[in-house]
Amino acid sequence: MTDLALTEPIVEREEEAPAHPPIEIPDFEIVPRVGLVLAAVVMALVIAAIAVNKLWPLEFFHVAGGAAWTILDLFLGLVLGPIMGAMPPPSRVQFTTRLMPKMVVIMPVVVTMTLAAGWQLSTKLGTNLTSYPNHGWVVASFIVVGVMSVIALGLLEPANIAVLIELKKPRPRPEVIERLMKRFIFSAGILGVMQVATLVIMTKLASS
Amino acid sequence: MSEQSYPPVTQLAMASLALIVAGGIYLSSHLPQHVPLAPAVVLLALSALLLAANLIALARVRGFAWDRFFQVAKWSFLAYVAIGGMIEYVFLRNHLSGGPLVVLTLSLVVFSVHVPTLVGFTVARYYQPEELPAAHAEA
Repeated sequence: MTDLALTEPIVEREEEAPAHPPIEIPDFEIVPRVGLVLAAVVMALVIAAIAVNKLWPLEFFHVAGGAAWTILDLFLGLVLGPIMGAMPPPSRVQFTTRLMPKMVVIMPVVVTMTLAAGWQLSTKLGTNLTSYPNHGWVVASFIVVGVMSVIALGLLEPANIAVLIELKKPRPRPEVIERLMKRFIFSAGILGVMQVATLVIMTKLASS
Repeated sequence: MSEQSYPPVTQLAMASLALIVAGGIYLSSHLPQHVPLAPAVVLLALSALLLAANLIALARVRGFAWDRFFQVAKWSFLAYVAIGGMIEYVFLRNHLSGGPLVVLTLSLVVFSVHVPTLVGFTVARYYQPEELPAAHAEA
């Protein structure tokens, strides 16, 4: 494990007696290689499910992926996010370097799996056609997913990667990490709230 | 935090993504009816214009950490091409063809270029000149 010191209080430390020990940053992979292998396996299985176009595998990938996506967003945005925000910086760095590399791999895979299997499932069942009685609810789900995608791709994902790369620098800047983490937690919070709308729509569709 | 000023790359990229998402929703919400392609084409064209504007604005930034930008953007591009390819496969699997296929494929191209651009920019903007390899080589 390589330990690096955060640089924020360096100038102050040279002039004054250090009030706190330097923050240690554990060694980590920005994109875990093992995660990439698992992601490739999951993607291959999703492609196979779409190719065979059978109900059970499509339903499995859509429901399992959707459940994972919803729970991760809700938990990260509404539970872990506020906890991380309240953590002291050393603990937050330790937690971030363990959590966020996994999120870099998990979230795109879960989202792609849910949407690709979901579209194929709706095509098979005819629920994406205008003739479907609850078509308005289906379109509402497109809109919710569309807004969430723009927030996730435009704000959350770049902040996730940028904070990890900043933490990999020999002298990471705490103010940059702070700014990016705020952006990440804020985006995750919005996505968490929007996932409630997804739950409302999907349970309505499943029970009609 | 003293920081160089940058063009609104994130805002433009999010607007561009919102436009292609809107185009995709417009087309998919009318299935199986044939709808006029013009609104989706206009949304796609505006999205592509924002992508071009973003790239031009970024190219004009002095001292931008391009090597860091490309280092991150190329891997991100690879990932989003894989994701875009999977979505394209679903379109083809469902026999989508003609104008809607062209519009949605081009939308995926914009998506697969703009998201890596945004990721690369977000990383590179926080690089300071002394952190770049050239600065180390000169030192």
